[in-house]
Amino acid sequence: MASVRLLVTRSGCTALKAITARTHVSYEVKDNVAVVRINDPTSKVNTLGRHMQAELVEVINEIWGNSAVKSAVLISSKPGSFIAGADLNMFQACKTAEEVSYLLQAGQKMFEQIEKSPIPFVAAINGSCLGGGLEFAIACQYRIATKSKKTILGTPEVMLGLLPGAGGTQRLPKMVGLPAAFDMMLTGRNIKADKAKKMGLVHQLVEPLGPGLKSAEERTIEYLEEVAVDFAKGLTGKKVTVEKKKGLMQKVQDFVMGLPPVRKQIYKTVHNKVMKQSKGLYPAPLKIIECVQTGIEKGNAAGYLSESENFGKLAMTSVSRALIGLFYGQVACKKNHFGQPEREVKKLAVLGAGLMGAGIAQVTIDKGVATILKDTTEEGLARGQQQVYKGLNDKTKKKSLTTFERDRIMSLLSGQLDYRGFENADMVIEAVFEDLSIKHKVVKEVEAVIPPHCIFATNTSALPIKDIAAASKRPEKLIGMHYFSPVDKMQLLEIITTSKTSKDTTASAVAVGLKQGKVIIVVGDGPGFYTTRCLAPMLAEAVRALQEGVGPKKLDSLTTGFGFPVGAATLADEVGIDVAAHVAEDLGKAFGTRFGGGNVEVLKMMVQKGFKGRKSGKGCYVYGAKSKEKKVNSGAEDILKSFKLTAPPAVSADEDIQYRLVSRFVNEAVLCLQEGILPDPVQGDIGAVFGLGFPPCLGGPFRFVDSYGADKLVQKMKHFEEAYGNQFTPCQLLLDHAKDSSKRFHK
Amino acid sequence: MASMLLTSLRSSPLTSVQAAQFAARSLSTSVHLQAQAKSKKTLAKPGVKNIVLVDGVRTPFLQSGTTYADLMPHDLARAALQGLLNRTGLPKDAVDYIVYGTVIQEVKTSNVAREAALGAGFSDKTPAHTVTMACISSNQAMTTAVGLIAAGQCDAVVAGGVEFMSDVPIRHSRKMRKTMLSLNKAKTLGARLSLLGSIRLAHLSPELPAVAEFSTAETMGHSADRLAAAFGVSRLEQDEFALRSHTLAKKAQDGGMLSDVISFKVPGRDIVSKDNGIRPATMEQLAKLKPAFIKPHGTVTAANSSFLTDGASAVLIMSEEKALAMGYKPKAYLRDFVYVSQDPKDQLLLGPTYATPKVLEKSGLTLNDIDVFEFHEAFAGQIMANLKAMESDWFAQTYMGRKTKVGAPPMEKFNTWGGSLSLGHPFAATGCRLVTTVAHRLQKEGGQYGLVAACAAGGQGHAMVIEAYPQ
Repeated sequence: MASVRLLVTRSGCTALKAITARTHVSYEVKDNVAVVRINDPTSKVNTLGRHMQAELVEVINEIWGNSAVKSAVLISSKPGSFIAGADLNMFQACKTAEEVSYLLQAGQKMFEQIEKSPIPFVAAINGSCLGGGLEFAIACQYRIATKSKKTILGTPEVMLGLLPGAGGTQRLPKMVGLPAAFDMMLTGRNIKADKAKKMGLVHQLVEPLGPGLKSAEERTIEYLEEVAVDFAKGLTGKKVTVEKKKGLMQKVQDFVMGLPPVRKQIYKTVHNKVMKQSKGLYPAPLKIIECVQTGIEKGNAAGYLSESENFGKLAMTSVSRALIGLFYGQVACKKNHFGQPEREVKKLAVLGAGLMGAGIAQVTIDKGVATILKDTTEEGLARGQQQVYKGLNDKTKKKSLTTFERDRIMSLLSGQLDYRGFENADMVIEAVFEDLSIKHKVVKEVEAVIPPHCIFATNTSALPIKDIAAASKRPEKLIGMHYFSPVDKMQLLEIITTSKTSKDTTASAVAVGLKQGKVIIVVGDGPGFYTTRCLAPMLAEAVRALQEGVGPKKLDSLTTGFGFPVGAATLADEVGIDVAAHVAEDLGKAFGTRFGGGNVEVLKMMVQKGFKGRKSGKGCYVYGAKSKEKKVNSGAEDILKSFKLTAPPAVSADEDIQYRLVSRFVNEAVLCLQEGILPDPVQGDIGAVFGLGFPPCLGGPFRFVDSYGADKLVQKMKHFEEAYGNQFTPCQLLLDHAKDSSKRFHK
Repeated sequence: MASMLLTSLRSSPLTSVQAAQFAARSLSTSVHLQAQAKSKKTLAKPGVKNIVLVDGVRTPFLQSGTTYADLMPHDLARAALQGLLNRTGLPKDAVDYIVYGTVIQEVKTSNVAREAALGAGFSDKTPAHTVTMACISSNQAMTTAVGLIAAGQCDAVVAGGVEFMSDVPIRHSRKMRKTMLSLNKAKTLGARLSLLGSIRLAHLSPELPAVAEFSTAETMGHSADRLAAAFGVSRLEQDEFALRSHTLAKKAQDGGMLSDVISFKVPGRDIVSKDNGIRPATMEQLAKLKPAFIKPHGTVTAANSSFLTDGASAVLIMSEEKALAMGYKPKAYLRDFVYVSQDPKDQLLLGPTYATPKVLEKSGLTLNDIDVFEFHEAFAGQIMANLKAMESDWFAQTYMGRKTKVGAPPMEKFNTWGGSLSLGHPFAATGCRLVTTVAHRLQKEGGQYGLVAACAAGGQGHAMVIEAYPQ
């Protein structure tokens, strides 16, 4: 779910303009080559909506009617976007699966006509070429792509619970082979231009140009067009051949794939792999396999039909709606709703070179902001600097960064033990040990050296910000920035404002977070804010389940079976048992018995014995051994035995345990909205999915309540309440929704 | 005041002018008086010493792997230095310092300046150091000399540069080097054997030097092709310019203009006295070549790029007083110079565009004042791209922070005796060739100001204004 890039516009619906003036597609004939230029004037990216499609069909028909045209080039006038996909609104406006299928069949037909075109089409690709855009490109006879970093090809539909529905499942296997096609369609991964060339997805690469007599971007598109026109002419003159010479390996692979039993085995293997990874919770991957199989085994016509029908069905599933909801939510959380900050943060200082501090420093220098990384000891600092270096160096190994770029980025980092340079800092983010008195000390020390405009951000996962701000002379400049570990991988940033935090401070923190590439939710202050507060009751319930004799492995499979990417026991190990114990105790004090369930002493005892989770090598599981199979920590099992509880049979079936865990999470989330900690359900869903791994197929706690039904959930909770008490008392807002089924969190 | 005096002196005979100059200088004034055929002012600045190019020579520039193939870099450098001694009749101990440029270093002679100087018979009391700045290394050597003289530390400095592409250091792989270095330290036979046993086939693959940017890993030809495309320079334009370079070089060679070339008796071989890369072809022949770097749609070919060359050059630079005192008739004044640098990826070869307006501004000149242009021709596409950039107000405003364009040099003044594309381009020797050529062309054509400009790897560039010495 991490990188849905299928960008969307809201343009498709306003398509009722006069036919005479084309607004999205234009073309001119150069040397018998028709250059078709796509440019959606209403958006930053091109999408295939009704309007775009209509104009394209019109233009293509005109080209075919023009005997002077011997070949055609298809190119986008937008820098950074060829065609970013289909217009999602177009599908969302449909009421039935049949309606969606019908729409797709029109698209399929258009691409089939291009594929069978009497004159060759050259797709000249610069920027995102995704989903429907890629399907369009692969219907063309020849593809040329720029090697720009912005040029990415891919079929991300699966991440939205959909499938490549305009011929993608039919053409891709033929073009790149069955295994690569499955990989593309089932992972939705972005493919860079040079990889695409190696795979046979594009025929030719064009180097991006620097500035000349025009800007680099403008000139690169022009150049791409010139080169594409040359190739188009070459295709007509038979100087350029479409077929690539196949290597021996390719020939062998083709032969093997030609054998029906081999193919059957591949379908089976892929199917099993998908089932294992998705736990059967995501219908789209299975449908993709089905469409590919139908096309190959029963022919094109059957394949296209299966593709359009299955797409229609998928578009109507709650999973697809949930994933699309997350996609929109993510887009919304990548904007600054607090306006432009008065000052741009040009110099940032991070206090504490631990896992978090170094991670924050890495994502900051990565975006060109000079950063001080301060620690109190040389060992701590060296470890932190090494972490940053390793993070960047790993990118050079993956070739997403050159060693030179790595060095330039590293040069922005200043590791130090003193407060030198803090007088010029625009923002300080502290990531020191989670202890109120230490945080107070740091606030005072830092405020003595920073300039008046400098913002002080505190990275804490549970301490209320207002308690930290109590030591501050300038609480309006103080804000919470809760990062998730590992910082360079986790997308979420939870920003916490107190009643005293100024709007400009918030705007500035959001701006920094966005620069760091984060998806941001801004929430109110309180113990555990939003994310930690939701997670705590669920972990308490998980501890109770463990005490009741559900083994860690069983607990993990129950949670992953519900759609959590990481099982509850593993999650506790990842977070750290000590952190979990700390948080459980703090929040238990703040919220009372509602946060009860499992005994906090279990966690404390584990910490005492050194079972602090992955970082200490032992937690619920034993780590360090090279074997992939995780072993349950017998020491932890002994502790659990000593705290054994009897499981009430009425609420201990597998499904009960799952719902006990989830309902406490969801109830707490709804309570956060009720109390105003959360500004809206969208941020609640995004925070839960991106920060805590709430099942993406459910779309977040709020969408889950909508789709599952608040009344059904309340019923379940009341049933649990009978067995366990107030931990399962539904909050008022949830009860309101249960009473009135027209109330929904998402419209 | 200077111009008033100048006017009054213009009609005087040469000798009396020079006498007047001496008189003026002996009165410890830096106002420099001189006669000129044209009415342009001199570029002498108050408080700044006049520094002159006494003479310059170079070995013939040969395609690498030809007659020089069995030499070493310092042999070529030695030939150039000896040639300079012969040409100027300079007493060997009259030189205060030697600065020499080189790019691809022969590891045995890392300070090639010293080895060549000793071999050429210079006094062992004359210190020598080597500089490197890619294709503008000998420009750096010359300006280092200018600096030494201007600072009053030296009076006579020899500068030059050598490049020897027939042999380049090819190294063992890093892994192999590491093993070999550990082998030195291994004390016991067992330790040695185990190290030897650790050598794998992959250790044996060598490391070749590449004409590629370290920072971007892009080869220069590739960058040139992208630069040409960025400025919309066509293949035809490039081929035409390459042909022009070869044609003009041929004409200059046949017409005896390339008087900076000295004859060199190569040990074991014949006497070499001519550049061997000048090959005027036809446009059809040029059009046939396939692109060398960006395939198949690129425009830079072997024929419109400079080729790998062996060669060395040397110049004698002195303070004007010293030159005159020693009885020399200098060829030119070396005036203002600049070094520039820019983005090594997309503007790698745009040095001349950046350097030209800057050095003109420094000298108080405009492009129209320049009589002779000598630009280093790395690639035809690079030259054309620079000319287009210099003609563009948009480029000047957007990337150089200037109000207007500087303008492109008129072709009738531009590299009229050929250039690096045809004469050859021994990286570190080209700078001296450009400066000496400007001096010679100014003498031949009667101009007053010349401009040298060059690009260099690393996204750097250089330009220098040269003023004719009054005849």
